[in-house]
Amino acid sequence: MASGFSAYLRRDLLLAYRRRGEAASPLIFFVMVSTLIPLGITPESARLAEIAPGIIWVMALLATLLSTDSLFASDYQDGSLEQLLISPQLLAMPVLGKVTAHWMVTGLPLTLASPLLGLMLALPAAGYVPMMASLAIGTACLSLVGSVGAALTVSLRKGGLLLSLLVMPLYMPVIIFGSATVQSAIDGFAWSGPLAILGAMLAAAIALCPLAAAGALRLTSIN
Amino acid sequence: MNWLSNWSPSWQWFHRLGSPRWFYQTTGRWLPWLSLLALALLGTGLVWGLGFAPQDAKQGNSFRIIYLHVPASFLALAGYYIMAIAGAVGLIWKMKLSYMVMKSAAPIGAVLTFLALFTGAVWGKPTWGTYWVWDARITSMLILLFLYLGVLALQYAFHSNEAGNKASAILALVGTVNIPIIYKSVDWWYTLHQPATIKLTSAPSMHPDMFQPLLVMILGFYCFYVVALFLFTRAEILRRERKTTWVKELVLGEPQS
Amino acid sequence: MPNTPLLSVERLQFERDDCNVFEQIDLTVGRGEIVQIEGPNGAGKTTLMRLLTTALQPTSGNISYAGQSIDLCRYEYLSDILYLGHQPGVKMTLTAEENLRWMAADSIGSIQDALAAVGLAGYGDVPCYNLSAGQHRRVALARLLMTDARLWYLDEPFTAIDKQGVSFLENCMSDHVKAGGAILLSTHQDLAIDGVRKYGISPHADQRGQ
Repeated sequence: MASGFSAYLRRDLLLAYRRRGEAASPLIFFVMVSTLIPLGITPESARLAEIAPGIIWVMALLATLLSTDSLFASDYQDGSLEQLLISPQLLAMPVLGKVTAHWMVTGLPLTLASPLLGLMLALPAAGYVPMMASLAIGTACLSLVGSVGAALTVSLRKGGLLLSLLVMPLYMPVIIFGSATVQSAIDGFAWSGPLAILGAMLAAAIALCPLAAAGALRLTSIN
Repeated sequence: MNWLSNWSPSWQWFHRLGSPRWFYQTTGRWLPWLSLLALALLGTGLVWGLGFAPQDAKQGNSFRIIYLHVPASFLALAGYYIMAIAGAVGLIWKMKLSYMVMKSAAPIGAVLTFLALFTGAVWGKPTWGTYWVWDARITSMLILLFLYLGVLALQYAFHSNEAGNKASAILALVGTVNIPIIYKSVDWWYTLHQPATIKLTSAPSMHPDMFQPLLVMILGFYCFYVVALFLFTRAEILRRERKTTWVKELVLGEPQS
Repeated sequence: MPNTPLLSVERLQFERDDCNVFEQIDLTVGRGEIVQIEGPNGAGKTTLMRLLTTALQPTSGNISYAGQSIDLCRYEYLSDILYLGHQPGVKMTLTAEENLRWMAADSIGSIQDALAAVGLAGYGDVPCYNLSAGQHRRVALARLLMTDARLWYLDEPFTAIDKQGVSFLENCMSDHVKAGGAILLSTHQDLAIDGVRKYGISPHADQRGQ
């Protein structure tokens, strides 16, 4: 059972490594779109600092969303998804492996690159550690929730846009508590509370999302 | 399904319930009465609420939109659960009728949610001086509308009816798990950012003279919802079962046994 | 139980959007048998394969493996089958060798030998996006040499492969049934193997009505 998890984790990491350019695009998107903010709103540090936590979180969400579409798409096209569906193992474990790989090539790099954006958007010093902590946990939630949407839309030709419609409402709690973590740290309050809630959401998502995604793949991907 | 059919008498109603034909015929008998009841309740509630209930001390007559706003919000949320439960029954027992109910509940719920938002905005203008504020309840309602739209969009994105049903049932269930989380988060987010100027009149503190017509309206909306759900589901049944003999007989007006 | 067929299908039906896809199917496959599924395009050959491999759930009917319903022995059944579908399941960015190592994880025999047998000796390190469609299929066919599955499901296995490939595949198949395995395949081509049993399926009246 665990072998399904690690086998798919390793394979998807290898596939992402072979297509480094493609795998890096969410990160590049994250950095580039964030530079539009000072251009579009104001270069004034005081005002940027005010909105920086929210901006960084929204951009991280969009960057994750951008790459969620491809989670099962290539497996569906080349037939490996069908092979996965008829393998004797529990389907949720390979799904969890794939989602973990997805987080490692999107959420994790975003988390690591976020201090750079913090600098550019004049994020106050107290916000850096909470930002990285909340991004690390929060993007994992986003990947997991996104996997359900990706599974539901994998057999649709233009599933990408629909996918964002489906999962965006489900992302809202994550973004509320994610940016709240950073904001309360900047305002000088304890930030462990919202972060703990994010952690609880992650725990629930790990338990439920792979099952829902597996069910969706089984019921809707092959007709 | 074998274990189900072996279960005999106590499960029989459940099987009959799963038959679109039985549903069509039974609801056909109920519909006139239900529609009458819904009309009576809505009529009474509207006349009572708009004509006779006392004015609000602070808001004057503008508060009267509550008689549409609150029932619509109630049904919008309840409708989501009805949709999700119908979807779950469809997934678990592979019951076609249940999918039809789910498919019918989605547009009704979406319209009710939109109505709740719209009446809220109309109410907001005289009360808060603006059509839109990021109030916790309004924001949750907006997210609910997005959830409905997602289910609807997914339903019609598939070429195959069946795949669309299964997919939107799964999405509705995922949404159900999320709704309490979303509502709690939005509540928490709102208290964190709450501007001090906005306060809503909450239902329990209402004067009984105002509250009683509201109760009638809520009951009326429930009846109306059931009528709408029945009508939508019946239309869906006819569409899906158009090849069966009983529908052909029905449409051609031949006598039914 | 020497007389129990390896696979038996009883009264199998599948509805897609309230229409039956094919006429009811009753079929048994014994050890050492090759059964060729025949039928016009749209008769539901691929759907039947997907039902038998549990990728789709039948609307009614039973599928039994060695006398036991596959719902009851799902793990054993799925561990004992091999399925080659329309898409070869080959990852473009992986090399032929990596693909094969991945696809035949619990395999027997060496990857190098298998690749050599399908005529891909020396291509082991080439990423698959540099190979042709026929070569992709050969990578997938190499799985047949590395599996200990008893029941093979081959959906249009002769697509895109050349004469040598065809004779390789036919040899593979006759070796497999000689060793007591069984094969269910769909193809329009006549096989150069003796003792192939043909089973015709036809689209259900519901399909023609539309």
